[in-house]
Amino acid sequence: MDWGTLHTFVGGVNKHSTSIGKVWVTVLFVFRVMILVVAAQEVWGDEQEDFVCNTLQPGCRNVCYDHFFPVSHIRLWALQLIFVSTPALLVAMHVAYYRHEAARRFRRGETRSEFKDLEDIKRQKVRIEGSLWWTYTSSIFFRIVFEAAFMYVFYFLYNGYHLPWVLKCGIQPCPNLVDCFISRPTEKTVFTIFMISASVICMLLNVAELCYLLLKVCFRRSKRAQTQKAAPNHALKESKQNEMNELISEGGQNAITGFPS
Amino acid sequence: MSWTFLRDLLSGVNKYSTGIGRIWLAVVFIFRLLVYIVAAEHVWKEEQKEFECNVRQPGCENVCFDYFFPISQVRLWALQLIMVSTPSLLVVLHVAYREGREKRHRKKLYVSPGTMGGGLWYTYLISLMVKTGFEIGFLVLFYKLYDGFRVPYLLKCDLKPCPNTVDCFVSKPTEKTIFILFLVVTSCLCIVLNVTELSFLVLKKWQPIPVFLSGESHGQRNLAGYSP
Repeated sequence: MDWGTLHTFVGGVNKHSTSIGKVWVTVLFVFRVMILVVAAQEVWGDEQEDFVCNTLQPGCRNVCYDHFFPVSHIRLWALQLIFVSTPALLVAMHVAYYRHEAARRFRRGETRSEFKDLEDIKRQKVRIEGSLWWTYTSSIFFRIVFEAAFMYVFYFLYNGYHLPWVLKCGIQPCPNLVDCFISRPTEKTVFTIFMISASVICMLLNVAELCYLLLKVCFRRSKRAQTQKAAPNHALKESKQNEMNELISEGGQNAITGFPS
Repeated sequence: MSWTFLRDLLSGVNKYSTGIGRIWLAVVFIFRLLVYIVAAEHVWKEEQKEFECNVRQPGCENVCFDYFFPISQVRLWALQLIMVSTPSLLVVLHVAYREGREKRHRKKLYVSPGTMGGGLWYTYLISLMVKTGFEIGFLVLFYKLYDGFRVPYLLKCDLKPCPNTVDCFVSKPTEKTIFILFLVVTSCLCIVLNVTELSFLVLKKWQPIPVFLSGESHGQRNLAGYSP
């Protein structure tokens, strides 16, 4: 059980994502998870052992370390990556529910013309329309919120993204204001900035995807409005016939876009 | 043998779960197991080495650490994860038993061995109750053992061979408190999901659905989940 399992979960949803979504998954796993696992964890591996304070007073080091690093950077990143990946599960659950309904209708014999067999239902790519559009959009929205929240928490906890090489600490049981030295501050700063940049890129990708989805919907609505305006009677009859066809073959490729009315 | 073994076992349970059961599985996998492995385990890695007492008396630190942490929080967490996951295996065993019976009698006895009806319904119910029991039991144990869910930064210890009441300092108390609270919250979420699933199953009990091919209806609903 590790990041590979999360990759399998999220990768499964990837099939139904937009292209920007697929790029996001790649950036997430290559530039964030992999970097975290192969590099960042090594850099932060010895963090408390090599945190040294200029005092022999037992307990001073522990207390100072706890004060300056309430949560370690890598743990925060691990939590951020987990939280940012989980909205994709909403989409996975919705697709699974949609397939379950399609399979149930297929078994009842309602949509035999649409699919060859149950395997066909499983293999078919589900289009991002109707209620799935809302689920997908909400998942992207939550991703953006989680990214922003964690970046803020980082900034708030560590007073910025730069790690100093010396910290002054005067908490009990330290006898006076002692100097405490972090191990590898420059390397840690480099990785922090890298991870923050990757976070920003992921956030921009999510915002772009959100805009793309919204534009797609507006474009579809205006196209429909234009068709109806151009040939009102004929278009109306045709669109009504189309809607009826779609109703009959609901759950197929041309699912009704329920929301834009 | 590692956590992948548990993961593989539990993936088999997915097929026979209800919808809420699958959400429960996702919560356990991602918010408990994954968080434990990639984050929590490392926080407690050097806990005894970094436990420092303000004394040079040999043995004092060992004795104090053992007194305040009879069992490490992270080990208790691991035990909780294992105990809470295993009742689901009862369902898998029951389905395997049904399949074995069908093979022995060489005819189809059930609509499908995974259909939630008859004895399997009771097995599922019992597994839910045992899971909930374990969750609550471990939370209570945690609370009683460590006097709450907070890890203090300073502990006073006066056990032999410590010469007097010495100050002992725990390493990373804030980070440990955060992860323990995370554990408590996810545990409570799982309890809520289990109770919801329990109520859902009990309320749906009286809807008639054929389970046995003999035509006898036990009034159970097919809750075998979303995918065929």
